[in-house]
Amino acid sequence: MTTTAVQETTYREAVREAMREAMQRDERVFLMGEDVGRYGGGFGVSLGMIEEFGEVRVRDTPLSESAFVGAGIGAALGGMRPIVEVMTVNFVMLAMDQIVNTAAALRHMTGGQFSVPLVIRMTTGGGRQLAAQHSHSLENWFAHVPGLRVLAPGTIEDARCMLWPALLDPDPVVIVEHGSLYNAKGPAPTPGTEVDIDRAVVRRPGDDLTLVTYGGSLGLVLDAAERLAVEGISAEVIDLRVLRPLDSAAVAESVCRTHRAVVVDEGWRTLGMSAEVSARIMEDCFYDLDAPVDRVCTQEVPIPYAKHLEEAALPSVERVLTAARGAVGRDG
Amino acid sequence: MSAARRKEAAATSGSHAVAHAPDRDALYERMLLVRRFEERCVELYSSGLIRGFLHLYIGEEAVAVGVLDHLREDDAVVATYRDHGQALVRGVPIGPVMAEMLGKAEGVCRGRGGSMHLFHAPTRFYGGNGIVGGGLPLAIGLGLADRMQGRDRVTVCFFGEGAMAEGEFHESINLAALWRLPVLFLCENNLYAMGTALDRSESETNLAVKAASYEVPAWSCDGMDVLAVWEAARRAVELVRDSGGPVFLEAKTYRFRAHSMYDADRYREKAEIEHWRERDPLLLLRTTLLADGATEKDLEAVDARVTAVIDEAVAYAEAGTDEPVDELLTFVTSGR
Repeated sequence: MTTTAVQETTYREAVREAMREAMQRDERVFLMGEDVGRYGGGFGVSLGMIEEFGEVRVRDTPLSESAFVGAGIGAALGGMRPIVEVMTVNFVMLAMDQIVNTAAALRHMTGGQFSVPLVIRMTTGGGRQLAAQHSHSLENWFAHVPGLRVLAPGTIEDARCMLWPALLDPDPVVIVEHGSLYNAKGPAPTPGTEVDIDRAVVRRPGDDLTLVTYGGSLGLVLDAAERLAVEGISAEVIDLRVLRPLDSAAVAESVCRTHRAVVVDEGWRTLGMSAEVSARIMEDCFYDLDAPVDRVCTQEVPIPYAKHLEEAALPSVERVLTAARGAVGRDG
Repeated sequence: MSAARRKEAAATSGSHAVAHAPDRDALYERMLLVRRFEERCVELYSSGLIRGFLHLYIGEEAVAVGVLDHLREDDAVVATYRDHGQALVRGVPIGPVMAEMLGKAEGVCRGRGGSMHLFHAPTRFYGGNGIVGGGLPLAIGLGLADRMQGRDRVTVCFFGEGAMAEGEFHESINLAALWRLPVLFLCENNLYAMGTALDRSESETNLAVKAASYEVPAWSCDGMDVLAVWEAARRAVELVRDSGGPVFLEAKTYRFRAHSMYDADRYREKAEIEHWRERDPLLLLRTTLLADGATEKDLEAVDARVTAVIDEAVAYAEAGTDEPVDELLTFVTSGR
């Protein structure tokens, strides 16, 4: 019996491999966006792809978010399977009309005549001192909209394996990739690994409370769970990873068992993902709760540039620990 | 006008074979169909059977009729919220269009879209778009798919002059020119973006000049004269198909009715409307047909035929059923 060394990869390479595989498997798949070609992608995700696939299938667009996202919609209607990359979720605001008023609405508005098999990828999140116009977590805006699917890969495996099922979805899919994850290293997923883009996943089992999170906050929540274990608190960590349709059942199953929950989300607290998850816990688990649901979110401020201010704004391990201790009655 | 030719001019189906000379009788019959359809819509609106926004195309019929005559069945059409004319002329079945106006399950979009959002997959009719300029990116995307798949199809995108103030117009025509996408940008300049006159919303009111700055062949035509539109659109569609790149055509037109049924029409002079009514596209072609030997009786027969088609469509729509409320959430996603 021979053992093969597990191959190391990064989150960035995992996204790239997912796109390469999709383009090799299906000639209708192509990539377009700002600087995805000769530049190699604003975050280096598509480096080398224009050399491999040519400029017809790896298309550099002008700085015209509405037009190239909308062109993705039209190309999808015309039989292609576009992957549209938008550099950051902040920039996607310029294409919101096309996503909400057209892509998401079209199937229903046409009585089921048309569907839009489009994937839109973008970075999200802070932590890199990019300040208020490149750092926000606005994925809840998409998760609000019927007709869209919203994915937030928080691991290398999900980054590598969510794209293909997303391309098979006949409806528009938004994928948010937290910018601080691109350099994350880990083992490359086994070829052929399948990821369920309908379901949340338990990343760490536990009995005393449930920590619900996704995307860029997953790492700090797992770190917090590790430290809680040292204190004798067994925390279960749920990675939502699908922000729409939200897997309420997975959250309810866990919380009804642990009786306590803290939701951690890098978006703002008001009307954010954590607000929705908290409401669903109230609806599904009210009589099983032993403590109020708590939330750890970004402070209600446009994210500032200075490192210490940004850190103070974003969720941290310490803030998760404080909330978790409070939930289990150890805040004294 | 011979009886045989009249029969060929089947008003509802339209003739989408590319012609080298205009079939004037057919153009007249199609314009009249759109006119009478919308007049009936006003009655149905007044009686409460049609609700929501209703944007009438009355006065602008020559544009859709003159342009769409040049499309093949596999070409695509993207229209605006003022879309009844384009839908009917493209050949979207008139009964289901009227049923959609009435919000019935038999409607072309099963009552989900209404007047502003008519869609029809078999005729590649991609709306009906309620967002000004919203159809432009979609249209270039359809063109991109055709280019990438090596097809010689043409996408015609209708939009008003008001949309030329939107970023989507500039972004889309720039991208279409850069990537050589087979899209005809068809601007219906009716001089008013709702109530805002062209010279109050555009620094450059010569719209073809504006479009030409993107290195796109661009010209204007008289949008009240269906024969002029027909000829200009023939050149434009041929150029798109032959060159594979975009073309811009402005049709100078005018809507005789208010922006929508909610509009009190306070922003323009009655005299201006009357002036334009003298150039009613139906009146202009009618004069030509009579000069060429058609009789009043011939034209009355056309009206009777068109009215019968509309009567049938209204009967179909009124006999339609309400979509069961159980189906409310159907079609939001692919069934997950």
